[in-house]
Amino acid sequence: MKIVVQNAAFELGAEVDAMRRGRSDIGAIASFVGLARDMNDGSGVAAMTLEHYPGMTEKALAALVEEAQSRWTLLDVTLIHRVGRLLPGDPIVLVAVAGSHRGEAFAACEFIMDYLKTRAPFWKKEETPEGERWVEARASDDAAAMRWGKTD
Amino acid sequence: MKLRVLYFARLRERLGCAEETLDCAGSTVADLVAQLQARGGVWAEELAADRAYRVAVNQDIVALDAALSENAEVAIFPPVTGG
Repeated sequence: MKIVVQNAAFELGAEVDAMRRGRSDIGAIASFVGLARDMNDGSGVAAMTLEHYPGMTEKALAALVEEAQSRWTLLDVTLIHRVGRLLPGDPIVLVAVAGSHRGEAFAACEFIMDYLKTRAPFWKKEETPEGERWVEARASDDAAAMRWGKTD
Repeated sequence: MKLRVLYFARLRERLGCAEETLDCAGSTVADLVAQLQARGGVWAEELAADRAYRVAVNQDIVALDAALSENAEVAIFPPVTGG
């Protein structure tokens, strides 16, 4: 299990290698990498800055992973989220889930991202030609989290 | 009761406050929000009932009717946009 909030970039291959190293019980690893885009809501985005709530962030991410583990049998999870200033094309978030079979790995990976989008205290501020602006939460993200059912 | 209140992201900027310690006369999150709204101006505007914001008590997101406790860490912030 690895849950990290960091400024530095990460490398998917290295994370997946670390997950597999020295074990032969893993049958599937599903991964997701979220990237900073150069365009959002009709404006060019030159850079974005990710702010978070130190302390709560780590707790919220651990809770997401714990919830995923209660729903599926998982062999390992790596979750890395970056903070600070990022440029278009930079990786923002990585989720990698190892399981015996692909079903639980795919499902848990998507579940963790859907829950992260609505529960982990991160906020994005974009630099656009019109000035700086805070990204607004999307109703579609709430809908994506809702389809997994209520947990609280 | 004494509370430590934190504000994040757009709310921190709009309210011009990242953190404060205050004495709350009530016992729930709703009481605290009402006390902050009573400051008027941008506080009344940003914390109005029709505005979207979240409240965490001791780092867990809670509903407005949640109870507060002495020296709790309360955070008020916009809906999250990470990932």
